[in-house]
Amino acid sequence: MSVLRLEGIHKNYGDAAVLRGIDLAVDAHEVIAVIGASGSGKSTLLRAINLLEPIDDGQIWLGEQDISDPRTKADAVRARIGFVFQHLNLFPHLSVIDNVTLASRHVLRVPIAEATATGMALLERIGLADKAQEYPDRLSGGQQQRAAIVRAVATNPELLLLDEVTSALDPELVGEVLELVRELGAEGTTIIMATHEMAFARDVATRVVFLDQGVIAEEGTPAQVFGAPRNARTKEFLARFTA
Amino acid sequence: MTNETARQPSSIELDRRAFRRQQATRSVLLSVGSTLLFAAVVVVTLSLLPGWPRVRDTFFDLGTAAQAWPRVANGFLLNLRVLAYSVITVSICGMALALLRTLRSPVLFPVRALATGYTDLFRGTPLIVVLYLVGFGIPGLQGPRGVIIPTEVLGTIAITLTYSAYVSEVLRAGIESVHPSQRLAARSLGLSHGQSMRIVIIPQAIRKVGPALMNDFVSMQKDVGLISILGAVDAIRAAGIETAKAFNFTPYVLAGLLFVLLAIPTIRLTDWYTARQRRREQMGSIV
Ligand SMILES: Nc1ncnc2c1ncn2[C@@H]1O[C@H](COP(=O)(O)OP(=O)(O)OP(=O)(O)O)[C@@H](O)[C@H]1O
Ligand SMILES: [Mg+2]
Repeated sequence: MSVLRLEGIHKNYGDAAVLRGIDLAVDAHEVIAVIGASGSGKSTLLRAINLLEPIDDGQIWLGEQDISDPRTKADAVRARIGFVFQHLNLFPHLSVIDNVTLASRHVLRVPIAEATATGMALLERIGLADKAQEYPDRLSGGQQQRAAIVRAVATNPELLLLDEVTSALDPELVGEVLELVRELGAEGTTIIMATHEMAFARDVATRVVFLDQGVIAEEGTPAQVFGAPRNARTKEFLARFTA
Repeated sequence: MTNETARQPSSIELDRRAFRRQQATRSVLLSVGSTLLFAAVVVVTLSLLPGWPRVRDTFFDLGTAAQAWPRVANGFLLNLRVLAYSVITVSICGMALALLRTLRSPVLFPVRALATGYTDLFRGTPLIVVLYLVGFGIPGLQGPRGVIIPTEVLGTIAITLTYSAYVSEVLRAGIESVHPSQRLAARSLGLSHGQSMRIVIIPQAIRKVGPALMNDFVSMQKDVGLISILGAVDAIRAAGIETAKAFNFTPYVLAGLLFVLLAIPTIRLTDWYTARQRRREQMGSIV
């Protein structure tokens, strides 16, 4: 059974149709890379899945639940999905460990000692245990993004959404963040990531989805999409990255 | 870190430090000197003016001050009580108003509009008018027979009406200055609207507008002196009574002094807080 199933997702901003019928089924342990030109609707799609953006038509199934039904409790759904944005993810007035344990403590109501133990183990793993009590502005951009990612997985979400988590970073910080994503993928976390890092998508993704003019213009394994794109627009788009 | 502390600074650095110390000493001496000079000029000028002895006796007479002290001090306690009540009620009402104004749902437009109208109205109305309206209007309604609303309650109501409007504006500005991505990040974790506000948005908002809030608190500290127009024997009214008795304005100066003393800690605290915030934002740089 799919972790996530999208059926005919439509989204308009005013007169502009940004998503025009997206169908996608994501199985457990898949790592999906969503690629496409700037403005093609990658962020919009991810935000729609997390119910941060109301859709205009279609259905979104998380497991067996239709989460696009207006009767669903959006907060409860979001607690089952991790989301990391491009930047400004961490809360600047809370220490790193408080950031990481926030959802466990306030949404899942895990006892504070247990939440802290889990959080410290995660920080340990990304080498930030000694920064647990620091505030986010004392961390480098790469450290902040890695903390944001472990914050998103601290609650063991069924699905992890990553929206260009490296695009606001200096080039030398990109590697450490991507390495963490790679590890999470290898451990079996189900991930959908919007990205402009084509080499990384080719390396880590189990499936690549090319978004163009509001629809999925092409999808397949990285080898298919990058090696032998069938769609003319995919070729055109990829040519810009290999130039 | 450890080898850093053990390391002996170079002679150039030692020279620089000595020079900085010398500069600091010079600045301190200069400012002390100029302050003393200024004070001397003021004192000499005043004592040369022909009317000074009379002014001194009518405004700064120690004997009158001593006589007025018990009554003025007692009245001041009333001001302090009203201030204490008002701080609580203004915090609650101001925050409630600010939250109402930041609601986004289109369905709640009337609530938002009401809150906006309220703040416009009470920020524009002079406190003294509100005091008259509340102080004489509410008792004029003749509620339950025999119930007399104490002036300190009426004063608190008037001050709350006015200051809630100010404080809610400050808080709203703070809430709106928190980057929208913070709200998204909070909601994406599964926090409810209320939780995001309480745990993520409001703490950041209050940090940002802390100095402005404390500023409002300072004006409130002196505006509680206006409740004297309701007939309550607060510090100002007590000073008026003593002034009439002694034909001497010293009691007013005494009352004024008490208000200044009350305000100084808050003012200093505001300065300290602003400086600390600036330091934190500059993160070690010196320009
Ligand atoms: N809140 C909004 N209101 C109106 N239009 C919007 C809004 N958000 C996005 N859009 C528009 O929707 C389109 C898709 O935006 P989106 O952010 O999803 O693109 P993207 O694929 O994530 O681009 P990028 O790679 O630059 O991040 C764009 O044309 C954008 O201008
Ligand atoms: Mg985007």
